[in-house]
Amino acid sequence: MPAPPPATTGGGAPLLLETHAMSTPAPSPVVEMSGITIEFPGVRALDGVGLRLFPGEVHALMGENGAGKSTLIKALTGVYRYDAGTVTVDGVPQRFGTPAEAQGAGISTVYQEVNLCPNLTVTENIVLGREPRRRGSIDRRASRERARRVLGELHLDLDPGSVLGRHPIAVQQLVAIARAVDTDAKVLVLDEPTSSLDAGEVAELFRVVRALRDRGVAVLFVSHFLDQVYEISDRMTVLRNGRLVAEHRTAELSRLQLVQEMIGRELSTLEHLDREPSADTPTDAVPRLRARRLGRTGAIAPTDLDVHAGRVTGLAGLLGSGRTELTRLLFGADRATSGSLEVDGRPVRLRTPRAAIAEGIAFCSEDRKGEGVVGDLTVRDNVLLALQARRGWLRRIPRKQGDELVAKYMQALDVRPADPDALIRNLSGGNQQKVLLARWLLTEPRLLLLDEPTRGIDIGAKAQIQALVSQLAAEGMSVVFVSAELEEVLRISDRITVLRDHRAVADVPGSTATLDSVVDLIASGGDRA
Amino acid sequence: MTVTDTAPAPAPQRPGRSAGRSAYAWLRRTDTGSSTFSVLVTAVLLVVLFGAGTVRYENFGYPQVALNLLVDNAHLIVLAVGMTFVILTGGIDLSSGAVVALSTVVAASLLEKGWAAPLVIALVLAIGTLLGWAMGAAVHHLQLQPFIVTLAGMFLARGLCFVISEPSIPIRDDLFTGLAQNVVELPGNTYLTYAVVIALVVVAVAAFVLHRTRFGRTVYAIGGNEQSAGLMGLAVGRTKVAVYAISGFCSALGGLLFSLYILSGWSLHAIGMELDAIAAVVIGGTLLTGGSGLVLGSLLGVLVLGTIQSLISFDGGLSSWWTKITIGLLLLVFVVVQRVTTRRRR
Amino acid sequence: MPETPTTPRARRMVDLSSPVVWAAAALLALLLFNAVVNPGFFAVRIQDGHLFGSPVDVLKNAAPTLLIAVGMTLVIATRGIDLSVGAVLAISGAVSFTIIDGSSDPSSPATAAIAIGTALAVGLVLGVWNGFLVSVVGIQPIIATLVLMTAGRGLAMLVTDGQIITAESPAFTWLGRGYVLGLPAQVVLTLLVLLVVAALTRRTALGTLIEAVGTNPEAARLAGVRSRSITWTVYVFVAFTAAVAGLMTNANVSAADANRAGLFIELDAILAVVIGGTSLAGGRYSLTGTVLGALILQALTTTTLTMGVPDEYVRLFKAVVIIAVFLLQAPRIRAALGRRRRGARGVTSPDVPPTDAAADDVRPLTPAQAANSPTTAMPDAAPSPTDQGVLR
Repeated sequence: MPAPPPATTGGGAPLLLETHAMSTPAPSPVVEMSGITIEFPGVRALDGVGLRLFPGEVHALMGENGAGKSTLIKALTGVYRYDAGTVTVDGVPQRFGTPAEAQGAGISTVYQEVNLCPNLTVTENIVLGREPRRRGSIDRRASRERARRVLGELHLDLDPGSVLGRHPIAVQQLVAIARAVDTDAKVLVLDEPTSSLDAGEVAELFRVVRALRDRGVAVLFVSHFLDQVYEISDRMTVLRNGRLVAEHRTAELSRLQLVQEMIGRELSTLEHLDREPSADTPTDAVPRLRARRLGRTGAIAPTDLDVHAGRVTGLAGLLGSGRTELTRLLFGADRATSGSLEVDGRPVRLRTPRAAIAEGIAFCSEDRKGEGVVGDLTVRDNVLLALQARRGWLRRIPRKQGDELVAKYMQALDVRPADPDALIRNLSGGNQQKVLLARWLLTEPRLLLLDEPTRGIDIGAKAQIQALVSQLAAEGMSVVFVSAELEEVLRISDRITVLRDHRAVADVPGSTATLDSVVDLIASGGDRA
Repeated sequence: MTVTDTAPAPAPQRPGRSAGRSAYAWLRRTDTGSSTFSVLVTAVLLVVLFGAGTVRYENFGYPQVALNLLVDNAHLIVLAVGMTFVILTGGIDLSSGAVVALSTVVAASLLEKGWAAPLVIALVLAIGTLLGWAMGAAVHHLQLQPFIVTLAGMFLARGLCFVISEPSIPIRDDLFTGLAQNVVELPGNTYLTYAVVIALVVVAVAAFVLHRTRFGRTVYAIGGNEQSAGLMGLAVGRTKVAVYAISGFCSALGGLLFSLYILSGWSLHAIGMELDAIAAVVIGGTLLTGGSGLVLGSLLGVLVLGTIQSLISFDGGLSSWWTKITIGLLLLVFVVVQRVTTRRRR
Repeated sequence: MPETPTTPRARRMVDLSSPVVWAAAALLALLLFNAVVNPGFFAVRIQDGHLFGSPVDVLKNAAPTLLIAVGMTLVIATRGIDLSVGAVLAISGAVSFTIIDGSSDPSSPATAAIAIGTALAVGLVLGVWNGFLVSVVGIQPIIATLVLMTAGRGLAMLVTDGQIITAESPAFTWLGRGYVLGLPAQVVLTLLVLLVVAALTRRTALGTLIEAVGTNPEAARLAGVRSRSITWTVYVFVAFTAAVAGLMTNANVSAADANRAGLFIELDAILAVVIGGTSLAGGRYSLTGTVLGALILQALTTTTLTMGVPDEYVRLFKAVVIIAVFLLQAPRIRAALGRRRRGARGVTSPDVPPTDAAADDVRPLTPAQAANSPTTAMPDAAPSPTDQGVLR
């Protein structure tokens, strides 16, 4: 299978990578991590993972959600302590206790959320904490000169005296990199820096990254955008489930192989999954929900989507592909900036969740803790919350009726412990999820939006939830099902919309979709399918 | 179901710039969120208020009227400076009025007992700083809300006042009365008190510390994004404790200046003065959410409050309570404008 | 259920982590102390059919603070705060007395009714104003209410023209000094409001929705809760309680002093709420706790006074007690206490479901890991990693 050509090979791509075999890539790595193991209570987050960074390379750290990427980065930058393993920087064993120590050793990190102070100027941010001083007072001219020099080195045309917060996120990210350069970083860790940038901004970021690489900086790059990884990286390390899968030269690894390694399947071992054959939706039927060019600037490109009664529509794609963003638009959790929505052929505007609920739409957020459970309330109150909210505060659900409803749904969904007066924050993740499902089922929705309903919950509860979704659809409910777990999407969905890089790239019927074909669509967006 | 759209990757369009409504457009272009702009607004307000007074009332334009703004509010200036430090980090100090009262009471009672004035001054400043430091430590180490901690500090300081002396104690110490009664003669038959000189020195020192030291930068950084400040390796904890200690020091110093102003110590002095200080800071353009503002603004804020007071006292027809109402209205305007400008920035 | 922030588990035994238990214990200790040191403390005598004595004094003096604290509890439960209640109290008193004073027939019940009605209406309007700033304009509650706190007393003085207005209206004075069934009218009125609030929050869904908004605003929004109107409502309500308290306190002294009436009452009310165990961070609240908190504050004052402690030490004593309570409630100190408890519980009751904090952070587990993990249920025999559906 031919590998897609790396977008960049010219410029300062390190020669050593060109001339040495992958297994012995020349001189000495600037950072070498080996056998890193981190245990959290009950969980082994990293299991003997290694990582090598060489001067003058862009190294991509790849893996799906939960693979251990962030944990590995945090081990490197002194945020987490590791239980076993070694980290050497320039051959010297190191054990960083704080991010400041790691910075002192030349390892700087730029996070997805810009970790600078938006209220200060560009100059102030770049030199913050290391301001040049003259006779006990900060030398502003020297500060400005230093900032200007660093910005100049990165070819950034930016007024150093301007307030950081008034620049777009992309520029702020570049300033964060400039700050790293100012510290003479040998290693620059970029943790999903591009997730909120547009194409032009990404190009600018990459130009700077290449410039740094050419100066001999080792750049560790984490991104969910395959195109970008292939464009910028020289080598990559793939993690899965807290373990090291492989180290590759980017040019030698096809996208398909990469996705397979990330999700842990060889194509040859994939079999067609057992799934109830679903009748094809009559094309003339009015869909329960129809989205036309529905989009939100910076979150999801204009997308068309039809959801029919009694059908499960799966949204497949890697993390950051726009799955969640699309679902939130369908619920009015975020406001769309383009496009239109119809419910049963009627145009509707969903400005708030309340409006969506009034249309019979329900939504389980992927962020169960932050946007789902109300931790201080009991299971009972959590179950009744949406129904109660719809009735208004004055018309309390009568005690007896409420108890019966709660008991019924708790039993049907097998919530444990079966105590409606337990505080929901004391329940396990799976049971919290069931409570949230119960909350929405109580409102008798006609369209149920489930964003990662099975994430982080045990296998028993997962199977129960999958069975429930199928049953609900059989009873006539429309379901939009989002999951990072492709097999799950394939098993449940009647139709699957594949998303990549913030846009829908394909729409396939569930009856013919296979793991191969969907993985291929995710990897290449149908270009090569 | 069909997915026909495969439009190019989402290119965030910047919100369209409507050319209409020129004033609004001008506001959009101007960096209204910047502290310099806010201070400029306060300065313009001050000039307008003072100008209005000069036009309306015969004697308002005398230079000494302007200087009296400083003379009458020297203590409040110092208080506002301390409050500025705290508010810049996103905190608040409700105890400063009570610490002023405590300082006047401690000073008056010790002087009455015959302690040496310099020793009394040192002790008062030490007490204020210590109290502030303790509150800062509670805010940082115990993760209590500044509002609650300084509220407790306020109760404690007032409680101590009553224990030391409930009735008002006059101050007759030579150094104090000397400082209070002697003035700095200025050309044009005008004068300033020593308290004003001290207050202005405090403003200058504070401005230097905030803008020319790493400590000052850290104060702004914490107000901008405390978590980021920590990740950038700044001494967040130490700085947070320090700003409350500074505010305590300023409250104590303000208390000393206040005791010079009225030459007595009383447990019910300065009730609600912390609110005046907060109002001055906000009117001076400092964001109550922290991270933006200038000490100079707080100085101007105090002068605006003083001008309003003078205007009302010059106008025989207006009653004193109009001061409070006007300050409340100004506060409202500034808070709403702050809200609108910061909302737009995010 | 909003009554006590105790877990169901705690209903079976005394939960030492519950602030309400601590508050109750503190009040009990205070009362016991009084019983020992000052045997006459509990003597209640009946005179002219009215009850007199220290306990009655405590109740009566606590009434205005408690009344406002009830409203403040709801505001704090939504993650808010209202600093302007003292000013609203002053305005309410000023308005009512000005009306009575200016009326041609000051002592008629009709005048009193008009005065009361107007004062309450003004209070409601001020509440609407605060609620508007917080819920619609989106200004931080502490700042939004600071505006009225600053301007309010000026407005009150504007109404009274800077005078302390005295007026005698029997019907009106009853609010402050009257008796119902032997109990001070202030106490009865406060109890009445408390009962209405308790009924409203428990019989309707208001309590639950307020807690939902305060605990997790985003989750509440996504569940379709009208957070904005709920937030707005609580600010209107707290202003209403402040207005009623204004009528009571001013009627008690038959005078409206715009400068001094209700000075610092906002701080006392907030203290009562916090001592009662409602967190300033919002969420679960406890009206019972607030009642206890207000009584503790007043009992402290009364105790120190009846003990003959010089008046000047009362404030210091109060301050020290309050600081002790705050320290006990500090998250760090609580966390330290909680850690010890939870550790013990984990040993004794393995049925406590695990939190999924760790699992949220790193997932999914390979089946092999899951099998080793005591926190993850594995109902099926663990298949090999390659054919188990763990696809991320």
